[in-house]
Amino acid sequence: MNNVAQLFFDAASLGGIYAMAALGIALIFGVMNLVNFAHGDYIAVCVFALIVPSSEAVAVMFLGHAPAVVLIPMLLGIGALLAMASEYVVFRHFRRADPVAMMIASFALGFVIQNGLLAVYGGRPKAISLWPDLNTPVAIAGASVPLLQVIVIVATLVVVCSLALLLKKTRIGLEMRAAAENFTMARLLGVRANVVITGAFALSGALAAAVAMIMVTQTGVADVRMGGQIMLVAFIATVIGGMGSLPGAVAAGFLIGAVSVLLQAFLPLDARPFRDAFLYTFVIVSLLLRPQGLFASNTSKPRV
Amino acid sequence: MHSTHTQKRLRALSTPVILILILCAFVGLVTLFGDKSLARMAAQTMIRVVFVVGLWIFVGNSGVVSFGHAGYMAIGAYASAWLTLKPQTKALFLPDLWPWLAEAQWPVLPAAIAAGLLTACVALISGAAILRLSGIAASIATFAFLAIVNTIYSNWDGVTGATSSVVGLTRYADQWVTLAWAGAAVLVAAVHANSASGLALRATREDEVAASASGINMYGHRLLSLVISGFFVGVAGALFGHSLGVLNPGSFYLGITFITLAMLVVGGVSSLSGAVTGVLVLSCLIEALVRMERGVEIGDVAFALPSGAQEILIGVVMIIVLIVRPTGLMGGRDFQWPKFGKTT
Repeated sequence: MNNVAQLFFDAASLGGIYAMAALGIALIFGVMNLVNFAHGDYIAVCVFALIVPSSEAVAVMFLGHAPAVVLIPMLLGIGALLAMASEYVVFRHFRRADPVAMMIASFALGFVIQNGLLAVYGGRPKAISLWPDLNTPVAIAGASVPLLQVIVIVATLVVVCSLALLLKKTRIGLEMRAAAENFTMARLLGVRANVVITGAFALSGALAAAVAMIMVTQTGVADVRMGGQIMLVAFIATVIGGMGSLPGAVAAGFLIGAVSVLLQAFLPLDARPFRDAFLYTFVIVSLLLRPQGLFASNTSKPRV
Repeated sequence: MHSTHTQKRLRALSTPVILILILCAFVGLVTLFGDKSLARMAAQTMIRVVFVVGLWIFVGNSGVVSFGHAGYMAIGAYASAWLTLKPQTKALFLPDLWPWLAEAQWPVLPAAIAAGLLTACVALISGAAILRLSGIAASIATFAFLAIVNTIYSNWDGVTGATSSVVGLTRYADQWVTLAWAGAAVLVAAVHANSASGLALRATREDEVAASASGINMYGHRLLSLVISGFFVGVAGALFGHSLGVLNPGSFYLGITFITLAMLVVGGVSSLSGAVTGVLVLSCLIEALVRMERGVEIGDVAFALPSGAQEILIGVVMIIVLIVRPTGLMGGRDFQWPKFGKTT
């Protein structure tokens, strides 16, 4: 019983992180068909914004000193600003370009950001302790769970619900959904392209900042490459969820988290280092069975 | 008197000849006027030509972006290392190799070809699954393939040495050997692109639906091009190992995926000349920037770029090229013999 609860919390919290990152990618894909490879680097930038720029091995807190009430909105703001800036500087010029060119441009942007971080902070991973108290275990349903896991699960639910409310109940949300459905038609009906796209980027950047805070608290490490792995998983979650489908992205994020935790728990010891290989094989199989995604929307299949 | 069509075909065949002459001229000039480190850079450039032309055989003709080719490269590189390393070295560093492989010590050329063939087989098997998908789903699947290869090769201790490097490979891949392979890759790529299969494949790139309505078997042609592509990418991996002498799974991951895609896109994805141009231009740019990072003296003023500037500038150049010339430097055209005589 203990083990089941433990596994559940592990799966839900890992899945929550993946789901949040996947949402960040799906939001942008929905409005402008851009697969944003730079998303992982937004996460890394938010992490490094916590510390003083230097290439020393020991990290000195910079923004990290601020109390949580100030820090959280500030970091969300940094993420949003960074994403909006990258839209303004780079992606705005690709509105008419084909998705492949855009995808590669985002790859290039990510490369630039990553190397910028490397130049400023150096290549060595640094230890950071942000809110170390959150890793103390609490007992829930017979399992001892770090408080952070509970917070992650709750935070994911809050984020998903408030995003759903935003999309269903506000004007900008309505415009975003219209844009995701059919961008040209939405513009003809008076949806302002720049507002919608900038809004999507801002939300996506804020989600990246949220993921960054969780990852730092959990791992206690700041690494320039830390965004890469989670970006890859999030990206895959977006695709197997059905490109552009936000509920699909969330569901697939949780699914990948669950599969990955289960593989970790039940694979024989010898095979455990190869866990990711099994995970990605599962991804290819799932794509083969449902190439349009597990939760694809009706409009995702192009009409001929 | 040639018909227009025959003349067009002949001119298309002039493309690989011109490209090979350009490559020869590049290597020749660098060897004549450059120092030892420039010669090494020429060899690296030719390896990238083999890789990017191999990549182009699939990506350029089918229009499906592949992120998985660095994985194929890793397979080729390690295959050649397994075949050529001394049995004593292998017993020491790679104790879990299969017995016949642990005993093997092949000459380098058959080993490179075998590495290519193994990679082609892997491409056939993985492609048979992945190419059932199209568009972005196919690209993601190739990404998953890359991650699978990387996970396996970085954890399979007794066979690949995992993250500790495999050392002691014969460093035979100088600029001439790699030039020969680059020439072969260009030739095969041109012949394939102008074959019936290559033309059919490019029809699917332009419009999948119209092509399959015209009776083109998209899956078959894509798979064939991926197998040919896999062969050359595997060879490029083998050459890469034998030019550095050291292998590490980390060298076949996102870094090389990025830089080779950058070369392909900057040159222009849709033509063979674009692929070759992209490699030459970006390689020269990288070399120039690396030298500037070390510091150059212009007149009396010593001038050095801060370290890390090279990667950042490459990324910026790539974004600017994509914005200004979305179809790449060559814009989808090929180098060809100028038109001559009257056409009828």
